[in-house]
Amino acid sequence: MQTTDIGYWSVPLAIVGGAIRVSTPFIFVSLGETITERAGRANIGLEGILIFGAMSAYATAVLSNSPWLGVAAAGVSGIAAGLLHGWICKFPRVNDIAIGIALMLLGTGLAFFFGKAFIQPSAPRLPAISLGFWSDIPQLRAALDVNALFVIGAALAVFLQWAFRNTRAGLILRTVGDSSDAARAMGIDPDRVRLLATAAGGGLAAIGGGYLSLYYPGSWNESISSGQGLMAVALVVFSRWNPLGCFAAALLFGGAGALGPALQSVGVTHGYYLFYAAPYALTLAIMIATSSPGRALAGAPCELSITR
Amino acid sequence: MSGSATGRAIEVEALGMTMRFGGFLALDDVSMRVAAGSFHALLGENGAGKSTLVKCMLGYQRPSDGQMLVDGREAQILGPRDAATLGLGMVYQHFTLAPSLTGAENLVIARADAPFVIDWRKERAALTQFMETMPFRVPLDRPVGALSAGERQKLEIAKQLYLGRRFLVLDEPTSALTPDEAEEVLGHVRALTRSGALTALMISHKFREVFAFADDVTVLRKGRRAGGGAISALDRSALAAMMIGEQKIATLDARAAVAESAEPVLEIRTLRAPDSAGLKSIEIDDLVLHAGEIVGVAGVAGNGQRELLDVLAGQRAPKSGKIRVKGSRYGATRAEMKELNVRFIPEEPLRNACAPLMSVAENLAFRTFDLDRDGRSRRWLDGRAIRRDAERLVDRFEVKTASLDAPIATLSGGNVQRSVLARELTGDVDLLIVANPCFGLDFAAVAEIRARIMQARNAGAAVLLVSEDLDELLELSDRILVMSEGAIVYETPIATADAHEIGRHMAGRC
Repeated sequence: MQTTDIGYWSVPLAIVGGAIRVSTPFIFVSLGETITERAGRANIGLEGILIFGAMSAYATAVLSNSPWLGVAAAGVSGIAAGLLHGWICKFPRVNDIAIGIALMLLGTGLAFFFGKAFIQPSAPRLPAISLGFWSDIPQLRAALDVNALFVIGAALAVFLQWAFRNTRAGLILRTVGDSSDAARAMGIDPDRVRLLATAAGGGLAAIGGGYLSLYYPGSWNESISSGQGLMAVALVVFSRWNPLGCFAAALLFGGAGALGPALQSVGVTHGYYLFYAAPYALTLAIMIATSSPGRALAGAPCELSITR
Repeated sequence: MSGSATGRAIEVEALGMTMRFGGFLALDDVSMRVAAGSFHALLGENGAGKSTLVKCMLGYQRPSDGQMLVDGREAQILGPRDAATLGLGMVYQHFTLAPSLTGAENLVIARADAPFVIDWRKERAALTQFMETMPFRVPLDRPVGALSAGERQKLEIAKQLYLGRRFLVLDEPTSALTPDEAEEVLGHVRALTRSGALTALMISHKFREVFAFADDVTVLRKGRRAGGGAISALDRSALAAMMIGEQKIATLDARAAVAESAEPVLEIRTLRAPDSAGLKSIEIDDLVLHAGEIVGVAGVAGNGQRELLDVLAGQRAPKSGKIRVKGSRYGATRAEMKELNVRFIPEEPLRNACAPLMSVAENLAFRTFDLDRDGRSRRWLDGRAIRRDAERLVDRFEVKTASLDAPIATLSGGNVQRSVLARELTGDVDLLIVANPCFGLDFAAVAEIRARIMQARNAGAAVLLVSEDLDELLELSDRILVMSEGAIVYETPIATADAHEIGRHMAGRC
């Protein structure tokens, strides 16, 4: 494929492409965490689940030669890890944050242990949908190569936004997150709802991990995640527990992450590495701008331990 | 759906209810009959067994002995679900509506047969139709957290009827309401019982409400039935005697006259401070307290009282304005409080005025632990002096504690409050700031704590008393202010204070 010189246009283009490519794990992890936190529990161990999901997806894809089977395996492993978290947190005086940290270390450790054998072999990648076929500009076509998981994530965000208001499960989830007493008075067992919500959150986070190892960057190694699982938990707070907000925040974050490499590629030689920190600086800046010492966080589920 | 208000009220009878917790007898052979379509009041002190009785009746607890009759037939109630099936429901003291859900969402999700996907158009039509059978209106589209306490209480009652309940237990339903709201809500409940749609059992300790609305009453004391009968055959003193028995109750000292020349102690001018949501701001333009008077601040919770208290306690930075105590600038630092003799009795004392796991002696020493005998600051604590002072205070304020070294959290609510009073009222007090001091305490403790506040006033302290209990304000205050939406909207000397007038200003309808 020949390259066309499109000059500085490549920077915004790279940002769009990056937003789509980099954002997918953020979308899945933050939507998963939104479900969990809306039920009134925080699972900050999603980073560990993400890495374990990346490993199990890759390993399954290598062994079965099917990337989608890999994604399914990741989902199952994430659900199992979420169930573990939810089950432990059911006991009195157990702190969900502490269990989350333990789960993060456990997931990472197990992934490295079982994943040793899969660093060498290569797995089939997830297919991409080419949305840039109408264009002759290869950079544009590359930017618009959209993975199916991104589309699923976007649809999921819309679905969750709708489901939180219009389905029985959504209303029960919000009730449990708002007030355990109200839920109990209704005959709902909050621990069970939280267990299922944590399992769903774990499953989605692990699928996000599967995207990392099977599409972008598309290999399994011990530095596969650069903290996506942790950042996504912050994105949930940043988007005020709102699924569409999570989607937008993930795009913003992905786009900012592509800024550094894009500037480097157009020949900016000084200081471009500073822009690698753009996502983090952006998060900090927005967090500071939208918070205040004299004001409570709006939209937070009342039962959540991290905001109580 | 069974949730139309045209159902029929049911009769409920508890027979020989007994509840043992280990060696402790919480309920001792209590029987109570609530006739169909009647409004029955259940009176008693804290710990008299009221909530244990209703929990046993509604299946939240399994009684050690006793049985339930519903409409004259024996009923097996093994859990709340059984009670619900029989049409028995409960409105809790603490609301059980999810605050970020709207009224409509709360109602629909409370239904056992809520559909998987909710067809809002259909549900809304059904809800509108149902609400038309109610004697009151509640907005269903706003998040419940944005409703007033009165609206929430009405929504709770509507929810129970929507769910098809025909016997309702109301657990202190008016504790968060203004007098007008309380009368409105209870009036609606009475209308529903009179129409034969509902039987109501109200747990209360407010005599006024019991006499104005209830048909019958049952009084519990120490787990036993102490008396009861038709309200028309009873008077206040008879009921009070049933409730408290032979206890000695502290009496208020006579009110010393406020001197004409009394010095202003606290002056607040054009104070502005944001609330915790950052949306509203309190605006106190002019508030002056004089030595030897109690100024009561009335208002529905959430109208800026907390913010005002936070500013005075140094927990919230004011945006602008001047606060002076005895003529000097006051920024609520510990040094200023000590210098100007400012003392605090915050609400929920265990949470806001104590370190729960530290000992009684340590908690009593919070004002003085770092001072030596001459009031200079010290580096090394004197454990013996702390114990000696604590012993003296515990003795003088009659705090009942197993030992001075017991964590203060192990004390009863009344004794925690006595400890806080002992700490705050010792030494010279020029300005005393008090918030809801008697919330959740029993008769004897309430009387004693009010007597102590009156003593502090007579000794020359200026007292700012913020309370949600209008009866308490009317009993103690020399002047009453009303806060609404962050501002002082009404002021009256006690001689001309009228509960209804104050209630109207609290509700902001003036």
